[in-house]
Amino acid sequence: MAEGGAGTGARAAGERGAAAPAGEAFPAGGGDGRVRAGLRTYGLIAGMWIRSTMAYRASFVMTVGASFAVTGLDFVAIWLMFSRVDALGGWSLPEIAFLYGLCGVSFGLADLAIGSMERLGRRVRDGTLDTLLVRPAPVLAQLAADRFALRRVGRVAQGGLVLGYALAALDVGWTPLKVLLMPVTVVSGAAIFAAVFVAGAAFQFVAQDASEVQNAFTYGGATLLQYPPVVFGQEMVRGVTFVLPLAFVNWVPASYVLDRPYPLDLPGWTAFAAPPVAAGCCALAGLAWRAGLRSYRSTGS
Amino acid sequence: MGAGRLYAAVVAGGFRRYATYRAATAAGVFTNTVFGLILVYTYLALWAERPSLGGYDQAQAVTYVWVGQALLSTLAIGGGGAETELMERIRTGDIAIDLYRPADLQLWWLAADLGRALFQAVGRGVVPFAFGCVFFPVSLPGDVGTWLAFLVALGLAMVVGFGIRFLVALSAFWLLDGVGVTHLALLVGMFCSGMILPLNVFPGALGEVVRLLPWSALLQAPADVLLGEADPAGVFVFQAGWAVVLLAAGRLVQAAATRRVVVQGG
Repeated sequence: MAEGGAGTGARAAGERGAAAPAGEAFPAGGGDGRVRAGLRTYGLIAGMWIRSTMAYRASFVMTVGASFAVTGLDFVAIWLMFSRVDALGGWSLPEIAFLYGLCGVSFGLADLAIGSMERLGRRVRDGTLDTLLVRPAPVLAQLAADRFALRRVGRVAQGGLVLGYALAALDVGWTPLKVLLMPVTVVSGAAIFAAVFVAGAAFQFVAQDASEVQNAFTYGGATLLQYPPVVFGQEMVRGVTFVLPLAFVNWVPASYVLDRPYPLDLPGWTAFAAPPVAAGCCALAGLAWRAGLRSYRSTGS
Repeated sequence: MGAGRLYAAVVAGGFRRYATYRAATAAGVFTNTVFGLILVYTYLALWAERPSLGGYDQAQAVTYVWVGQALLSTLAIGGGGAETELMERIRTGDIAIDLYRPADLQLWWLAADLGRALFQAVGRGVVPFAFGCVFFPVSLPGDVGTWLAFLVALGLAMVVGFGIRFLVALSAFWLLDGVGVTHLALLVGMFCSGMILPLNVFPGALGEVVRLLPWSALLQAPADVLLGEADPAGVFVFQAGWAVVLLAAGRLVQAAATRRVVVQGG
């Protein structure tokens, strides 16, 4: 593994040179090893941060609880709304909980895995990104695992709890296809949000101080998806369907499962389009990331 | 240098410090506007189901959303005010330097935080609010008096907000790592200030209780003054009362905390 690691390092360093051939990052035989090295790096760094977090154990317990509760605040808002009304845009509380749960688990998984990437802007600003560039490990993996925050399991757990409530309270006419669609939707949704995080990090190479823009798409997107599409303006729904395809995280698959009309009258097969959409998002995010990393110039000192 | 001029200089410094990061400010404006858009649509759906919910009509509910987005960072309801830096200084021990400055610790940080809040109100608050007023039906007062009363309520809200966050920050003298407390403060702040939903929409006794807590002086109080839903004089008394109580509590805790500080010789 040591040789593999060193080889990866050479490639990672090579990535910075503008002259690096485009095909080099995916060499015929080495692509698999590169992914393995990346995952191993990720695991090592994440493990280190978990141990570090455990040094302040009381604070860790508080932050997991707080992460759970802070995320839950959105649902408390919805629940408070439903203490005064019976439906929102024609959707009942369990139906909205279904949307909320799907989005919460997907976003929580993406946030847990690579949410730390939003710190890239800070690293560019204070120059500590350079340290990562000279290490013999993929930069993306190092950044994704940087300050790995185990407390974010609180978010996943909270989303899962709401999803569990929704499934218990809803009277869904389950078919094998619908059952199969559930895990596929969660994984695809997590991949779509992960792509948004990576694209956001790539944007920070350019934006630096403006890193907060990313929050509008990550946290903002997650908030948007908690409510049914009928609530929002048509332009907004079009934007999150065709431009930034967040609608495939939960709106479209949930419409199929709940036998509701699709947003924007999309055709029926789109309920199953989440995996290719997610793959497309990840590919685009990967390209954006490579472009961002190539454009990076250290401040020097 | 008179004490007044000293703290005025700290206020100005806090303002200029935040004004330096223009790209960050623009990014914040964009993000607040997007969140405002999302919230506005959910509120419109809610008020379409129940017109005059909580005593607001639809236009008032929309106005409330944009006031909230304008004040989120101004009042640091989600954190990110002076307390973040103060906690870090307590953890690292830099607080010792603050303590031997010929200035009062609490007033110094209050001044710095007011400077920050004033900048955030102008830099981050005005644009999302104006965006909301242009693109959505809002309910704004026609008389100058109500606007002035709103500004007074906003100023008092800044002091109350600092009073709460100063207490949060001082907990670092005992806990050292402030991440957990910061999260809890954010949680309570978002819920009890009316940031997630106006407090007058909260059902029954819960609504009664949260309206008495200091957090309701942050967003709900200025918003109700602007919307003409509350008597300004009563609101000022409520806010000033909490400001005095919180600042006094801050003094007591500060006295207890500074007795704990041991500056390591070097």
